[in-house]
Amino acid sequence: MGKPVAMTGNIAVANAMRQINPDVCAAYPITPSTEVMQQFASFVADGKVDTELVTAESEHSAMSACIGAAAAGGRVMTATSANGLALMWEMLYIASGNRLPIVMTVVNRALSAPINIHGDHSDGMGARDSGWIQIYSENAQEAYDNLIQAVVIGQHRDVRLPVMVGMDGFIISHSIENLELLSDQEVKDFIGEYLPLYPLLNIKQPVTYGPLDLQDYYSEHKRQQAEAMKLAKPVILKVAQDFAALSGRKYGFFETYRLDDAEMAILTLGSSAGTARFVIDRAREQGVKVGLIKLRVFRPFPMKELQAALGHLKALAVMDRCDSFGAAGGPVFSEVRSALYDLSPHPAVVNYIYGLGGRDLGIAHIEQVIRDLQEIRQTGCIRELLTYLTVRE
Amino acid sequence: MLSREEYHSGVKEAWCPGCGNFGILNAEKRALVELQLAPEKILIVSGIGQAGKFPHYLRCNFFNGLHGRALPVALAAKLANPELTVIVHNGDGDCYGEGGNHFIHTIRRNPDITCIVHNNKVYGLTKGQASPTSDKGFKTKVQPYGVIHEPLNPLALAISLDCSFVARGYVGDLQFLAELIKAGIQHKGFALIDILQPCPTFNRVNTFRWYEERVYHLEEDREFDPKNQLKAFHKALEWGERIPLGVFYLHPKPTMEEQIPALAAGPLYRQKIQPSKVLDIMEELSALS
Repeated sequence: MGKPVAMTGNIAVANAMRQINPDVCAAYPITPSTEVMQQFASFVADGKVDTELVTAESEHSAMSACIGAAAAGGRVMTATSANGLALMWEMLYIASGNRLPIVMTVVNRALSAPINIHGDHSDGMGARDSGWIQIYSENAQEAYDNLIQAVVIGQHRDVRLPVMVGMDGFIISHSIENLELLSDQEVKDFIGEYLPLYPLLNIKQPVTYGPLDLQDYYSEHKRQQAEAMKLAKPVILKVAQDFAALSGRKYGFFETYRLDDAEMAILTLGSSAGTARFVIDRAREQGVKVGLIKLRVFRPFPMKELQAALGHLKALAVMDRCDSFGAAGGPVFSEVRSALYDLSPHPAVVNYIYGLGGRDLGIAHIEQVIRDLQEIRQTGCIRELLTYLTVRE
Repeated sequence: MLSREEYHSGVKEAWCPGCGNFGILNAEKRALVELQLAPEKILIVSGIGQAGKFPHYLRCNFFNGLHGRALPVALAAKLANPELTVIVHNGDGDCYGEGGNHFIHTIRRNPDITCIVHNNKVYGLTKGQASPTSDKGFKTKVQPYGVIHEPLNPLALAISLDCSFVARGYVGDLQFLAELIKAGIQHKGFALIDILQPCPTFNRVNTFRWYEERVYHLEEDREFDPKNQLKAFHKALEWGERIPLGVFYLHPKPTMEEQIPALAAGPLYRQKIQPSKVLDIMEELSALS
């Protein structure tokens, strides 16, 4: 058991980076993730890490520098938010297409316009098809734990994919919470020595990254990326198992709460799970059979596992902290609902889009969701497939 | 007669006490009053940073976009309606860092817009990292041993690109700054006004006192001729003991909008649509196929 410490999510993540001691970090400041790299810069200056810190002139350049350093054979990390991630967009594909296991903290924040600096999942969800593994965190402890696991997942020989670890802007990044840090030695041993595949710096074995790849081989390379995502699934579980042995903290593709005997459930990502748990406890006291599922890994998407976990439900509310304009619903809803389609019978699934731009999700909102679920449970009818929660209209 | 009050937006400024931005806002209002520019004829475009907030505090049209991306928006707006007075407010990180490429290529295009850069030589909005104009050795929390890179010299860069109006102001010299802004707005073509602006919170080096000991007006040098590109470039390199203020370079030349034939008959919104002309072209094309 580690010693409890009080830290913000950003400082916890910066400490994980200190313990990981990456070879290269390249970054550009953007609210609310700035503090991660700022704190890490202090570790660099104080000689606590051996990292080469590159202060770039944009996020596009920051990710480009990360890619160069990773191709050279380094263990590479960075952090960003919102439009920073959006500006990295084309480089995200270069990182994943070249199979470079860069690990990035994404302090999730709403995208402009209009400008908003607060937490939602628009940035991460916008990058969901970029070939990066995506892990979402509920609190500072999870952001810290997930980042350490991300390093081991990404660098695994079967995977070799970049990983982004999300935490909700301000709600997690700037709130002080109690958490436990592993010892520096424990982290060092857990992540192991980084052995790059085909490093550019190995002058005895010259290699080429990203050359022209037309109709002849491009499809095969993309197919390999899809395969790597599939192979990442057992790796994610194995790494979580090893991490549990080390820390006592258990992780999987998702976490369930009072779900086994539930007839209805709420599925959410990130910090809102805490509020949902509280409301579910209160509903349970009144005999309402409702549970929670908190999705941790969104890429690779745990379709089969979700089928097994949710198949017994009568009604499910999927909470999206992001809209997918003009789509069937939010991005999480669309995929969860699709995962349940093959089950017969399958639960009625409804979608709630909430908390955009940091709008608070309160107890009353989740109570409303539970009331809606009860109605669906009783009547068997869905009145509204998609509801915008926490919005004036 | 437009008074200063006509330009008050009523939005409370979210800048630190003592921020140089207050001086820029003040000088710009003075310039606008003197020019008697109606608020509805003005468009302010900004990016992200402390300068990005600027248009919120001024009553006129405004577009607050993304970090580094004010210039392309401003250029497009100017082309869409050349009758607008387009003023860009961005910062040193905004314009010279993330927006560096836009800066170079907007100068090449020479649209009639005024590009005002709030140069405090530090990232203010993200709380004190080195910017592209931070001097070598400048210490921050991210660069605790000092910046190791050469600072970007915006004036020398703009002069080398034959930018049609290149000036430097200083917020401690308010009337002079107002005159520069006025001249920049009146100038036909791309006008760069780099404004030296202390950041009392995150830049403890380039303070009001630091600038007061160094700045002087270019006019003090009787020999100086802003029409001479090489002399202007030479002056632009002067930094340290003495820092010149004023118009460094002036090269009137055709603007981008003047060179676009479609705009010769005025802004597009005032031009009549003539379907007969389009029909002629369509017939010609269909005859080809």
